[in-house]
Amino acid sequence: MCLAVPGKVMDVRDDRGTRMATVNFDGIEKEICLAYLPDIAVGEYVIVHVGFAISRLDEDSAMETLAMFRELGILEEELGVESSEAGAAS
Amino acid sequence: MKYLDEFNDPELAKKLFADIDRVTTKRWAIMEVCGGQTHAIIRNGIDQLLNDKIELIHGPGCPVCVTPLGGIDKALAIASLPDVIFCSFGDMIRVPGSNRDLFQVRSEGGDVRIVYSPLDAVKLAEENPDKEVVFFAIGFETTAPANAMSVHQAKQRGITNFSVLVSHVLVPPAIEAIVDAEDSRVDGFLAAGHVCSIMGTWQYGPLVDKHQVPIVVTGFEPLDVLEGIRRVVIQLEEGRAELENAYPRVVSEEGNVHAQTLVAEVFEVCDRMWRGIGEIPQSGWRLAPAYREFDAELRFDVGAIDSPESELCRSGEVLQGFIKPNECEAFGKECTPRKPLGATMVSSEGACAAYYQYRRLDGIEVEVSAGG
Amino acid sequence: MADKPNFNGWSCPLPLRDYERIVIGHGGGGKLSAELVEHLFLPAFDVGVSEELRDSAVIDLGTAGLAESGGRLAFSTDSYVVRPLFFPGGSIGDLAINGTVNDVAMSGAQPIALSSGFILEEGLEMATLARVASDMGTAAKLAGVRVVTGDTKVVDAGQADGVYINTAGIGIIPEGVDIRPGRATPGDVVILSGPIGMHGVAVMSKREGLEFGTEIESDSAPLNGLVADMLAVSKDLHVLRDPTRGGVTASLCEIATTADVGIAYEEALLPIPAEVAGACAFLGLDAMSVANEGKLVAIVAPEDADAVLGAMQANAYGREACIIGKVVDAHHGVVVAKTTFGATRVVDLQLGEQLPRIC
Repeated sequence: MCLAVPGKVMDVRDDRGTRMATVNFDGIEKEICLAYLPDIAVGEYVIVHVGFAISRLDEDSAMETLAMFRELGILEEELGVESSEAGAAS
Repeated sequence: MKYLDEFNDPELAKKLFADIDRVTTKRWAIMEVCGGQTHAIIRNGIDQLLNDKIELIHGPGCPVCVTPLGGIDKALAIASLPDVIFCSFGDMIRVPGSNRDLFQVRSEGGDVRIVYSPLDAVKLAEENPDKEVVFFAIGFETTAPANAMSVHQAKQRGITNFSVLVSHVLVPPAIEAIVDAEDSRVDGFLAAGHVCSIMGTWQYGPLVDKHQVPIVVTGFEPLDVLEGIRRVVIQLEEGRAELENAYPRVVSEEGNVHAQTLVAEVFEVCDRMWRGIGEIPQSGWRLAPAYREFDAELRFDVGAIDSPESELCRSGEVLQGFIKPNECEAFGKECTPRKPLGATMVSSEGACAAYYQYRRLDGIEVEVSAGG
Repeated sequence: MADKPNFNGWSCPLPLRDYERIVIGHGGGGKLSAELVEHLFLPAFDVGVSEELRDSAVIDLGTAGLAESGGRLAFSTDSYVVRPLFFPGGSIGDLAINGTVNDVAMSGAQPIALSSGFILEEGLEMATLARVASDMGTAAKLAGVRVVTGDTKVVDAGQADGVYINTAGIGIIPEGVDIRPGRATPGDVVILSGPIGMHGVAVMSKREGLEFGTEIESDSAPLNGLVADMLAVSKDLHVLRDPTRGGVTASLCEIATTADVGIAYEEALLPIPAEVAGACAFLGLDAMSVANEGKLVAIVAPEDADAVLGAMQANAYGREACIIGKVVDAHHGVVVAKTTFGATRVVDLQLGEQLPRIC
């Protein structure tokens, strides 16, 4: 339902009492409201929806998830268990 | 780490597909609640690549699709008024009301503008003090903080020519309505990660316990969606029903407390009509009394608008997985993407619209290999 | 386009009775009109005042080489209403030239002459018009084509949006060349001349309500030279199309429908610049449906593909040309994409302009 994309906080400033930031999305820069992430620091990644940063991205957690994906199937291979055919291979 | 490409990796996708195949032994129907996840599924063809024991049911999580006909007709009526600048997110502009859409209102002289953020509408109000600026505040919990901030900012800054037409909907009551339905076919849910980034995961525990249905909070990149499906299937196969968070890089248990606080100040819970489904109790937000002065419905007298939904349309049954789109008598006849009757044909990711597209292939084996 | 004049600090050189803005009289056919032509348009289009001005241009098709070519002309017209008038990498001026040059070139023709018609809004700054005209002149020179006839009308303030331009162009089609959508044949290879979506993103970045910062520039460029280089290695190009409004998707869908063939491409092969992908991600757009102004889609027989691709890559405007898919004898009239995961997806035309989404 909600198109929200990750971007990197480039700078932070105050606009008439509202905390605003420039957020970079792969080379595209946009003014984003930081009112809901008051503790975010320059250099961190945030999820942005309709001009608002709604969540901080946790790098450790992302790495963990990816590492877990990489591990999938490895145990079975080691044990010599045949995994059923991958759907993606078709 | 850019948090996008990494979660689109085809090699890791193969591992996830393989593991889903490994754990699946029975037939399961899984609903992805959110339109964003449906988009990722259709865009990448995940539904085609999953083993045929798993059926994905596209849920009602597209705020554009579920905005009731009456709400759109009110928007059209307000947008047609002189001296009104009517602001909307881009995807609402082409959604048809009873007999036209906002583009047609514009062609008839209405001042309809597309904004990226609700704050852009507040800015327009400041820049046009002699006009009434109305913002069409639709969305789920994800969008509510942004819409709440627009009203809050207008109040703080004393901007009196700004108002909002609110049609907010909430996810948990919709999930509840779907599992409560007689003959519900849904075995497990992928909950909407971005909704949960705002609201946290705590709202879903009671649903899991009450209905004994697995709910996995899921992200939006293709690998996230696959992981959500994998975790639901594992739970179902093991006979468990638990709340899991498969999107921990973004979602926490408590959610975004700052956002929840302002939303609670600006909005209050109300009953809400869902296009194609009907009224779901306590499933929406409207402006709280302290902010009622910004309610466009009260500010503009456009008469009582209560538009009946199409009698032909069976999108509610499609949304809940009871029928396939082509089992609806109107499918492809009275109802097409050009002239949609119901929610599921409105958005290109809606179950009926997606089905309409794929039907064009008519089961032809598709051969693609560019090689030069 | 390195040789573009720099207009920072530009001041209008016109005597033009010291008008700094367009007035209704500039379209009235009197002295003001004549001065506008003489002092603004002719210098910009590099036409000497000594050349005789008359009601129509006369083109000697003998010297242009029509007789040897087999006697076929390509003729095309397009109107330009872009907002804003100036955007990163271009302006309405170079678009008006390149767009029509490219439309003519997509028949395999070498453009020989263009016309330009202006609708100006009363109150338009003379400096703005001069900048537009100068961009047109520069673009025409780069494309090697002359603007030979033109017209100017002025409408009341509020009746237009600054400047509208219509250009038409004619070109000569070399003998033996037969390029049209209907010739797409199963087995043919689909080639794209380079990275997509740049023009659309550059223009959107300056559009009211959407503004965002980007280094990306419009790809606005004349493609007649590229087409000539392609024809030099194979006269049997089947289809050429410049994927402007509606993007590559619209071009492919039109070709599939017209030729009643299937077209299949691989998403993994698409050249999408990171910034275009970034802009599309946060606005919820599809890069394949975003406009280009300096790219072409070519459909060629498989045996010609390598030579044509090589010729394209040797041209400055085709350096990053690549094969993205092929024409198939299946799903007639329908374009399908193979996703990076290996699934297939039906690709459909957008209903109208793409709009930013929230869901």
